[in-house]
Amino acid sequence: MSNANVQANLSNLARYQNNFLREVEERVEEGHMVKMCMQCGVCAGSCPFGPDWEHSPQKIFMMIRAGKREEVLGSDSMFMCTSCYNCIVRCPRELPITHIMHGLANYAHRLGLAPKGQPTRVFATMFWNNLTKKGRVNELTLTLGLYFKDGLVSGIKTALGMQSIGLAMLLAKRLNPMEIFGGHGVKDLKGFHAIVAKAKEIEDRKKGFTA
Amino acid sequence: MADNKFAAYICSGCGLGDQLDVKTLEKIAQKEGKMQVVKSHSFLCNAEGVQMIKDDIANEAVTHVCIAACSRRAKTEAFHFPTAAMSRANLREGVLWVVAAGEAHDEVRQEMANDYVRMGCAELKKMKLPEGNPDKAHSKRVLVVGGGMSGLTAAFEAAEAGYETVLVEKQAQLGGWAAKLWKRVPFKAPYTEPQDTGLAELAAKVGSHPLIKVHLNSRLAETSGAPGRFAVKIAQESGAVTEETVGSIVQATGFTGYDIARLPELGGGQANVVDQAGLEAMAMAANGATIKRVDGKEVKSVVFLQCAGQRDDSGKHLSYCSGHCCATSIKQAMYFKNANPAIDTAIMYQDLRVPGMGEDFYRSAQEKGVTFTKGKATGVESSGDGCKVSFRDLILDEETSINADLVVLATGQVPTAGVELDAWTQLTSEADGGSADAKQKKVEMEKVSILNLTYRQGPDLPQFKHGFADSHFICFPYETRRTGIYAAGPVRRPMDMLQATDDATGAALKAIQAVENASLGRAAHPRSGDLSFPQVRLEGCTQCKRCTVECPFGAIDEDEKRFPVFNEQRCRRCGTCMGACPVRVISFENYSVDTVGSQIKAVDMPDEFSERPRILILACENDAYPALDMAGLSRTVYSAFVRIIPVRCLGSVNTIWITDALNSGFDGVMMMGCKKGDDYQCHFVKGSELAHYRMSKIGDTLTQLGLEPERVVTQEVAITDNQRVVTLINDYVAQINELGMSPMKGFN
Repeated sequence: MSNANVQANLSNLARYQNNFLREVEERVEEGHMVKMCMQCGVCAGSCPFGPDWEHSPQKIFMMIRAGKREEVLGSDSMFMCTSCYNCIVRCPRELPITHIMHGLANYAHRLGLAPKGQPTRVFATMFWNNLTKKGRVNELTLTLGLYFKDGLVSGIKTALGMQSIGLAMLLAKRLNPMEIFGGHGVKDLKGFHAIVAKAKEIEDRKKGFTA
Repeated sequence: MADNKFAAYICSGCGLGDQLDVKTLEKIAQKEGKMQVVKSHSFLCNAEGVQMIKDDIANEAVTHVCIAACSRRAKTEAFHFPTAAMSRANLREGVLWVVAAGEAHDEVRQEMANDYVRMGCAELKKMKLPEGNPDKAHSKRVLVVGGGMSGLTAAFEAAEAGYETVLVEKQAQLGGWAAKLWKRVPFKAPYTEPQDTGLAELAAKVGSHPLIKVHLNSRLAETSGAPGRFAVKIAQESGAVTEETVGSIVQATGFTGYDIARLPELGGGQANVVDQAGLEAMAMAANGATIKRVDGKEVKSVVFLQCAGQRDDSGKHLSYCSGHCCATSIKQAMYFKNANPAIDTAIMYQDLRVPGMGEDFYRSAQEKGVTFTKGKATGVESSGDGCKVSFRDLILDEETSINADLVVLATGQVPTAGVELDAWTQLTSEADGGSADAKQKKVEMEKVSILNLTYRQGPDLPQFKHGFADSHFICFPYETRRTGIYAAGPVRRPMDMLQATDDATGAALKAIQAVENASLGRAAHPRSGDLSFPQVRLEGCTQCKRCTVECPFGAIDEDEKRFPVFNEQRCRRCGTCMGACPVRVISFENYSVDTVGSQIKAVDMPDEFSERPRILILACENDAYPALDMAGLSRTVYSAFVRIIPVRCLGSVNTIWITDALNSGFDGVMMMGCKKGDDYQCHFVKGSELAHYRMSKIGDTLTQLGLEPERVVTQEVAITDNQRVVTLINDYVAQINELGMSPMKGFN
């Protein structure tokens, strides 16, 4: 990945020249729609998480146009999106805002610029790794992974707190303790891995990632 | 008077007969109203009822008709008798629908109806059938001043409608501003690309039109007369003068750009800072290729600064928005993007305003990659080879900057409507006083004048806000305060080319209406078609000049002996002169001091101890009276102690009516007129304002009569105030009740 190359594109002089906007247009899902934003602010006003994140979609789009690459890709905003689709429904310019936010999150994650330890980002990574291992989500290991993501002590505390639910699920046969030993996968695991690898290859090619 | 025959027709339809004693009304019309014929009908506005009236006019030689039925605003087509003078007593909207139901109110209801019949008959006695201005003027030619987009369109449209047109342009060629444009903002679907201006075709069509006569290099040296008979002296640059007679005038003298030299803070005066007109010249030179700067360098990045010297609240620059500049900047950004998509184009705006179909154009520019930045520029300085624009980003809330090869300032439109009449009047009085300096300044000002009217009220159109020659944005586009002269295009308000062409077409149609009305001796808007005209008994005139000064339309000049000269074709029939005249020598055939005064005196006045006050309401027929009618229509009950008389305009209210009313025992007088001030709604511009001013002076008279000042009030009413008028009436009646009855009762 030519992370260094992209970095090199940027300098203070290039602010408000269209470089970062072009980068987003070419490499981020639905990025070509960013330029159509008319800065009305309806998305910002519609977002149920509005007060809780760093930048509203309106600001993110303005920052993209202003060439604020680090700030956009380092923002936690895209990871706070709950995909409620309020902004998409309301945008008078019909921008697929939710998709752009997810596209930006993915792009920032792949470049390694996304905020470290951001819980959504950690969980999403965990989920993806869990899923791609066997082609099925192993609920037990995923849950345990989430409990223990902040260390042993907090993990045990959370686990004890959830004890009664866990036992009830065991009794109702909704939770198989044996899954802790790797669990079961899809029938053609090799084929599944090949599919994922191919998809990644296509995406890398399309978005210009070399690695 | 021997030949006059008066008739009253009383309708008992719409429930009038159930709630009112029609027999009593008939008796009143006959005995008190002195009507020679009195008839009632159960459905007066149907074919049979109308035929009855028509037969009486034809066979019984009835010349004057009083219809006691519904409001004068209702059934106007049924009750249309062009050969008879007519008054209307409003029994339906004015009595039946607004007096509370039930037997308890029978007495006051009947009293109110009786009074309206008395008033209708009394008014009729003083009326004459308007015969139309005998001094008809027959020129149907249209003069268009200005040969830009608006002027060319107006001339072409008028000529296409079959009217001979004279076009005067001060420059050597037609085209004006539009000729300086490389392309124009699109006016046809899909509204995505700049379009050819189409000016060359239009100018060619105008130049070769058999009905259009074009005067180039010419100005108006003098304009005198009135609609239908304007005499115009057209002076050529060479000094030759041609005289033309025209029926009406369209002024389309456009605008000038705001001088960027006055914007040094935004780089005005720097080599790489131009205004939009400057950029058009560059685009013209590039002819579709990449635009080059003055120094020959190809422009690689450009920033457009919107609202440059506009929407300024510091008082230093233009305070208004010129409306076209956002779309113009979008168009100009496209010049760059279409030549080379790699050129960075940024438009810095505070509020992007693209009227009409501009939203599609805006979107098209975004698709082309024009960057829109919401920000306010704080300074432009030259930096390296180009400019550095410092600005506040209004979304990200930070001070920042951007570099560009070229900066374009979107400056506003400054009107060219001629001289400002207030300044002119002041200079004139100073010059008359012998000031040599004022005389010199006046000569300078005459050069600025566009129309050089010989009117007493000054040489050009009165200006409204910011020096634009407008009369009212919403209700009366193109109308000005000089009858028969219409303003079109940016001379009347800032606008884009599409609006200007629409405007020009509208103004051309107004000009045609004006010549047609003038040739028939009728009034122009808003009393279009009115045949009455002001008549003056000059032998009674004291030369006080109030009519000549106060006429909102400058219709009245002065002769050598300083008597008023009424140019009836210029008159709008508002009656402001009639209201102003202290000796009451001005009247209309069907509307005079007497027609209203006799109505006031006709009201039957209960005595001081009856506990039934009488309140006179003089209501403007344009807004207040319709509002009162609508209150009736929605069956809103208001006090039955009021007697309402519609007036043409509050400006026509002569203070003698107030004195008469109070003398004859009315307990209060309320005037309902339109909103005054800068955002006035008065159909006659100044009428309500003048009325307010005159009434402010009436306090002394009231004190002399020993009356409280609250007995005369003036209210501003809009046509939508149908609920508010009811509150105003009821509150005022309550106030009068508290004040007690007028001590003036019983002296007549």
